[in-house]
Amino acid sequence: MVNGIVFYGIPGLLAIMGLVILLQRENLIKMLIGLSVMETGVNLFIVGTNDVLKGTAPIIEEGFRIYCDPIPQALVLTAIVIGVATTALGLALVIRIYEKKGGISIKDIKEMKW
Amino acid sequence: MKKIFGLIIIVLFAYVFLSFLLVVPFGRKPGHVANYYLDTEPEKLGGKNVVTSVVLIYRGLDTLGEVTVLFLAALGVSALLTGMKRDRKKIRKPSLIVSAGTRYLFPMIVLFGSYIFVHGHLTPGGGFPGGVVIATAFLLGYVALEGIGENIKMFHITEGTAGLLYVITGILGIALAGTFLENFLPLGRFGSVFSAGIMPVLYVFIGLKVGTEMAGLLHSMKGGEHG
Repeated sequence: MVNGIVFYGIPGLLAIMGLVILLQRENLIKMLIGLSVMETGVNLFIVGTNDVLKGTAPIIEEGFRIYCDPIPQALVLTAIVIGVATTALGLALVIRIYEKKGGISIKDIKEMKW
Repeated sequence: MKKIFGLIIIVLFAYVFLSFLLVVPFGRKPGHVANYYLDTEPEKLGGKNVVTSVVLIYRGLDTLGEVTVLFLAALGVSALLTGMKRDRKKIRKPSLIVSAGTRYLFPMIVLFGSYIFVHGHLTPGGGFPGGVVIATAFLLGYVALEGIGENIKMFHITEGTAGLLYVITGILGIALAGTFLENFLPLGRFGSVFSAGIMPVLYVFIGLKVGTEMAGLLHSMKGGEHG
């Protein structure tokens, strides 16, 4: 149970913190930071689900019998790379918006009002 | 109104995570698919690192899509930032300590990145982390050395060639072994560098592609000219 709280609860808390930053801030760069924090939380959560008690990393070696599940690790490897790519694209958009509107607050973008 | 919506979304999100905490047991044994991979992988594919086999062979098409997404993002950044005029006068010259230190560190970081992607089938790591480590060397170079990585065209050529060779290796799998991205090389001695068939080959291509792509991305964010 203690391990469960550490491996599921802390990533969940991190993801919720990221979501709060994403929804409450008006600075676009801070919103992107929130997105990154949230992404880290979700990735840690997926990695946490693969943990097996007394298991080692899934690298075949003499003398080890119990291995962790390799599939979540492979999935998270993909997710991290995609996250880097989207963050870079988002930052490029922020640079463009700063050039066009002269500010990086979400309030500067009148076209996105709802 | 907006705040209430935000609060509702946050509460729902928290509920999903909390229900996982209560429902999904922690530390259980791997499922059927994972056990199949862990049991049959050493004889079938010869890779020591099972995660690498999952990424490159069992889910190889997914990785090809991932490389494509990375390429599209780099293309998008390049397209968004092309033709921007920056005030270059504000950039200060780096101090002697920084530039002299970088001159020694730069080849070491590139060597370390290459080590990571060459040993991707034996140790943790692989093409993506190795490529990103190489890109950090270029980031340091852009900050501290003048005139490094200015030949951006060479980056694009390396990137394109590596991507093309990746796809060609996959198609050779159809011709020689039956399916796309299937292993067609001999497995070699388990645990040595030249083993595990096409896995190290593919990771070298991915490492080169990711490294040059990220360096090109940093170059366009720095505000250099585009090839």
